[in-house]
Amino acid sequence: MTNTQHLKTDVLVVGGGTAGTMAAIKAKQANSEAEVLILEKANIRRSGAIAMGMDGVNTAVIPGNSTPEQYVREITIANDGILNQKAVYQTGKLGYEVIQELDSWGVKFQKDTYGNYDLKQVHRVGKYVLPMPEGKDLKKILARQVKRHKAKVTNRVMAIRVMVKDCRAIGAVGFDVRNGDFVVIQAKAVILCTGACGRLGLPESGYLYGTYENPTNAGDGYSMAYHAGAELTNIECFQINPLIKDYNGPACAYVASPFGAYTANAEGHRFVSCDYWSGQMMLEIWKELNSGKGPIQLKMTHLDEDTISEIESILWSNERPSRERFHQNRGENYRTHGVEMHISEIGLCSGHSASGVWVNEKAETTVPGLYAAGDMASVPHNYMIGAFVFGRLAGTNAMEYVQDVSHLEPDADWLAAEKARIYQPLQNPDGIPHTQVEYKLRRIVNDYLQPPKNTHKMDIALNKFVNYHDTLNLMGARDPHELMRCMEVHFIRDCAEMAARASLYRKESRWGLYHYRLDYPEKNNQEWFCHVNLKQENEQMTLFKRSVEPYIVDVNLETEVYDVKVTSK
Amino acid sequence: MALTTQRVDVPVIVDESKCLEKCQACIEVCPLDVLVKNPETGKAYMKYDECWFCLPCEKECPTNAITVQIPFLLR
Repeated sequence: MTNTQHLKTDVLVVGGGTAGTMAAIKAKQANSEAEVLILEKANIRRSGAIAMGMDGVNTAVIPGNSTPEQYVREITIANDGILNQKAVYQTGKLGYEVIQELDSWGVKFQKDTYGNYDLKQVHRVGKYVLPMPEGKDLKKILARQVKRHKAKVTNRVMAIRVMVKDCRAIGAVGFDVRNGDFVVIQAKAVILCTGACGRLGLPESGYLYGTYENPTNAGDGYSMAYHAGAELTNIECFQINPLIKDYNGPACAYVASPFGAYTANAEGHRFVSCDYWSGQMMLEIWKELNSGKGPIQLKMTHLDEDTISEIESILWSNERPSRERFHQNRGENYRTHGVEMHISEIGLCSGHSASGVWVNEKAETTVPGLYAAGDMASVPHNYMIGAFVFGRLAGTNAMEYVQDVSHLEPDADWLAAEKARIYQPLQNPDGIPHTQVEYKLRRIVNDYLQPPKNTHKMDIALNKFVNYHDTLNLMGARDPHELMRCMEVHFIRDCAEMAARASLYRKESRWGLYHYRLDYPEKNNQEWFCHVNLKQENEQMTLFKRSVEPYIVDVNLETEVYDVKVTSK
Repeated sequence: MALTTQRVDVPVIVDESKCLEKCQACIEVCPLDVLVKNPETGKAYMKYDECWFCLPCEKECPTNAITVQIPFLLR
């Protein structure tokens, strides 16, 4: 017999990573009397994309170095014009305040001898990268601030669905991944901050959890927002990253290129002029790998000993510190070896590309009372500072929204049905293990969705993903931990179907490799200068065009083309 | 469904001679919740092979009882 826990809060934050912790802090700062609860399936001390800290800010707009307008311009060009500039502008405008606040909490950013933030150029134009060589404790500092602001935290509870009534979000349901309790949380507003869908494609290593993103981030929020009736957007703009082969983490050019490192082919020649991650850069990498001049590498062998030691000290203490032992195991060294890189499997993540839940400049989704922030909210190239900014906007705006609404009782029949659906794998402990069901699903993603995209293959993929509901029903779980993984496979399936449908819908190519279609190889601004959005309507996944919001910063996309190809070698 | 148990080489190695029975540090910080205590010995071990080799368990262990290896398939 499963226990049921009933919780009640004013603002519910689902996911206590970068965006979620900031959302909770800002909500409490807006109204310290109101109740704020963070629901986290891991432990907020070490959860989310920055579990082991971060080695730098990639989108820092600091007065004297750049302006929000310049930043919006650069991202507009990098994202081929498809974005809500007002939302991206927020990251440019509020990022500086975020950095100052983090600084006041003890987060260390690199400063020059005059005490000014020491920005580096990695983007094609402009300096937006602010190193954080001592950024390893970022998450612990955030957890401390959550506690100091008296936001409540429930660790090890995984949200499964947002509750909706009278067309607004009224809470969430989930379960305790250790004791199996069914958890029902009533809230006046819900903020989804569950990170990327990092377990969509299968890494070439075959290890399910050897992903670029923290593998806890399985597209939970994409699926929850979808089932709540919210719009998602730019899903066909996949996340594909240039990563250390096999290790599947960043090499990392954002850290090393300001020191003189660069991406090169096997002959040691540059083939991209800029190491900032974009679909256009990834297309050049794909071409290089298929040209006979691969594999490609991050080249540091030409740097002097002091420089290499400094790069090592940053890369081996932050973000993915196990890089050190990975290289050492193989007897490789930045002094003597380039770091072999490859093209990652696909994922969904607006922190790096643009795929996510539709949000406006207030972090509102299209469902009243439902907000989204961080990697899962579509604000192109938003990275960590964008997650903080949108966490902040979501927290502040949600707190304002809850002043005028009351709690609503969830529908009892819906709750009972949802509970039965969630716990079904536990009734079938000898069912097919989640590992096999997940492996096959993600292998199909690789086989049929990995760009370049082919219509016939995507049709096959879509059919397989739709039919995969039947396979999910065969899964068995022996304990609440395995049940958590089973439910994640449900999220991954939803994301896979969205990825196939959105990719089929946009009949052109855009964003370099992210949406490179072999049968529509050219960009077609006449018909496709718009978002492709999707939502659930009458139990069906419905796709439609949504106009790009009017620009607030003029950009001439005919003359301003994002081109990073190096022609003379 | 007919099932079998497969042997796997797991990334997280616990030195039982150093692991403290009353300590939960590694278990609490693991993002993937893969570590548990053996109820008979009180020592931590990796129950589920779902590792991001992210290292909080190793860094937060007060007695340096934990070593995280890169998972075999990636090594």
